[in-house]
Amino acid sequence: MATQGGTAMIAAPPPSVHLAPAEDGASAVASLRAALAPALRAFGLQSAVFLATLVIFGVFLLIIAGKNPLAVYADMWKGSFGTRFSQGATLAKAAPLMLTALCTALPARLGMVVIGNEGALLLGGLTGVVVAQLFGPDMPYVTIPAMLLGGGLAGGIWIALAGALRQFRGVNETISSLLLYYIGLALFNFCVEDLLRDPTSLNKPSTVPIGEANMIGAIQGLPAWFPEMHWGLVIGVVLCLVAAVVMDRSTFGFAARVVGGNVKAARLQGLPITAIVLITCLLAGAAAGMAGVVEMAVAEGKANASLAAGLGFSGILVAFVARQNPLAIIPVAIVFGGITASGGLVQRRHELPDATVDVFTGILFILVLASEVFANRGRQS
Amino acid sequence: MTPDAVQATAQLSPLAAVFFALLGGAISLSTPYLFVSLGECLTERSGRVNLGLEGTMILGAVAAYAVAYHLATAYPGATWLAPWLGVLVAGFVGVGMGWLHAWLCAKDGVNHIAVGIALMIFGVGLAIFLGKPYIQPKAPHLPALALGNWSTYEAVRSAFKINGLFLLGLGLAPAIAWGLGNTRWGMILRMAGESSDAARALGYSVNRVRMLATCAGGFLAGVGGSFLSLYNPGVWAEGLSRGQGLMAVALVIFARWNPRTCLLASLMFGAAEALGPALQAAGLSRGYQLYAAVPAAMTLVIMIATCSTKRTLAGAPAELSVS
Repeated sequence: MATQGGTAMIAAPPPSVHLAPAEDGASAVASLRAALAPALRAFGLQSAVFLATLVIFGVFLLIIAGKNPLAVYADMWKGSFGTRFSQGATLAKAAPLMLTALCTALPARLGMVVIGNEGALLLGGLTGVVVAQLFGPDMPYVTIPAMLLGGGLAGGIWIALAGALRQFRGVNETISSLLLYYIGLALFNFCVEDLLRDPTSLNKPSTVPIGEANMIGAIQGLPAWFPEMHWGLVIGVVLCLVAAVVMDRSTFGFAARVVGGNVKAARLQGLPITAIVLITCLLAGAAAGMAGVVEMAVAEGKANASLAAGLGFSGILVAFVARQNPLAIIPVAIVFGGITASGGLVQRRHELPDATVDVFTGILFILVLASEVFANRGRQS
Repeated sequence: MTPDAVQATAQLSPLAAVFFALLGGAISLSTPYLFVSLGECLTERSGRVNLGLEGTMILGAVAAYAVAYHLATAYPGATWLAPWLGVLVAGFVGVGMGWLHAWLCAKDGVNHIAVGIALMIFGVGLAIFLGKPYIQPKAPHLPALALGNWSTYEAVRSAFKINGLFLLGLGLAPAIAWGLGNTRWGMILRMAGESSDAARALGYSVNRVRMLATCAGGFLAGVGGSFLSLYNPGVWAEGLSRGQGLMAVALVIFARWNPRTCLLASLMFGAAEALGPALQAAGLSRGYQLYAAVPAAMTLVIMIATCSTKRTLAGAPAELSVS
């Protein structure tokens, strides 16, 4: 095993996820540790990558923008995790990222690369508005779950379409989901600017609002030292946990992994491959559709161009950075949510363009992908 | 434009107005599609997909704009040359992005789809960051041949305003098709895309071939981006590229990996882009947003009609993982 210097951390022994040790009473703890090990391992490598990003972006700030990187980093920290307010903003950005990341991570178990997350997100958010209109403002306890279900269904159908095209017509799902994104974007623009447009929204065309009562609000009764959280975050975390359990611990997840590993073997076993593909795509799209509902119902309360801000595309990269592991998606989404949340403060305090944190995110993504080579080296040896 | 010309525009029948708008779209909006799809075609024929061309294009757009602006300000005598140097610099920025893509993809276990998306986000972010000071100043535009001056109709005049880059692309498409089919370099590139084992057996480094193909593709994508900032719409602004770079991947599939068909498909995509605004101008008050989806829908329909679970798409490079 090539454990020299810096790669020692990467070359940790492979976790034995599927062999739960049952000899002693601590087996539950041990199996939990085994389940978390891949996530922790990926997180360890990415911490090293994060440091490298800080160095490269620091040089960029110093030379191109003429700013003191340390001062910028101090404000990035302040704007993402440093205060209770910014922690709340970070978690609000992280919730939809967790959900859109699932849209890539779940089909990845089947060996599929889905990149149409943004399309499912937009249609999900739009459907949420429609459902809120149908149900009215009187019973938010029914309306909000219905919005989530409706949005999830819309997004789910969109991605399941890509799965169906692959199974029945052999159309590559990466390309078809990208094309479906463009079609979804046009539908979204048509609805926002025409069909469902609020006539009073002049400068920024928006749909009719869902109403104050139907907004997804902050969780009440949290202790004062706790960051502000809204229910969308709970949905994101819970769905990531459910996805981890279903994909790693259930018969369905096992069947999905067989299909992803070897389609011929799956067919010989008599596994219903088409059904597995369609259900997985439906669930994946549903997560992205719910991301649209959450983002819409937490932030604007109506669908408009702000919803099409690229959360779906960022979600693809969150999934890749988390190595398609639903548990790892949670911390990765929080880190990227924090970077996004800090954008405003960095812009105001340092007179930098608002795209500054996007450059940071871009460098970070590129380095994480480049670091895959170390991770794979560790896995093989 | 004389007052007579304005009168004449009003007299053009709605159908003719839509026709000339589509023709104008095919000529002037197709250029970015053409360059970026020729670039993607080269890259894909070598067996790799670059989804990051959206970032390459927009970074090329800002680089071209900045170079043209600064050169024209510093040397007012060379204003005619400044935009062309901008185009060249945009191309080299594209080479840099292509190199980054190829360098990352050459590593074991790195997913080229993810690399493409990462470069898209990086490129767009960097372009907006660097482009902040260029939103206000005006850079000199690329020249255009006004071939429609014989007509009194403004719609006809603007439809036949032909840009130099368009002419260049018109020649480039058959040239690339010829080069792929008839030169040694073209054969090596296709071999890397059809059978990496064969290329390796003959002593060529597949990664090196793909790196060169991706760099060349990046150059063309950068040039395509420069058209956006230096001709149409001819300004630098956020959201300048409306997904042409990402659509290039679909366009190449639509064109079946054939550079000559890429030209036809680009003309069609350009016309499709002009369809919505044209119908809106002709009095169609609703639904024009939906026409933005026409290129994507056409590509999807073609894929559904021609794909099969039993074989790959005709014309697809065998090593390409997304066909």
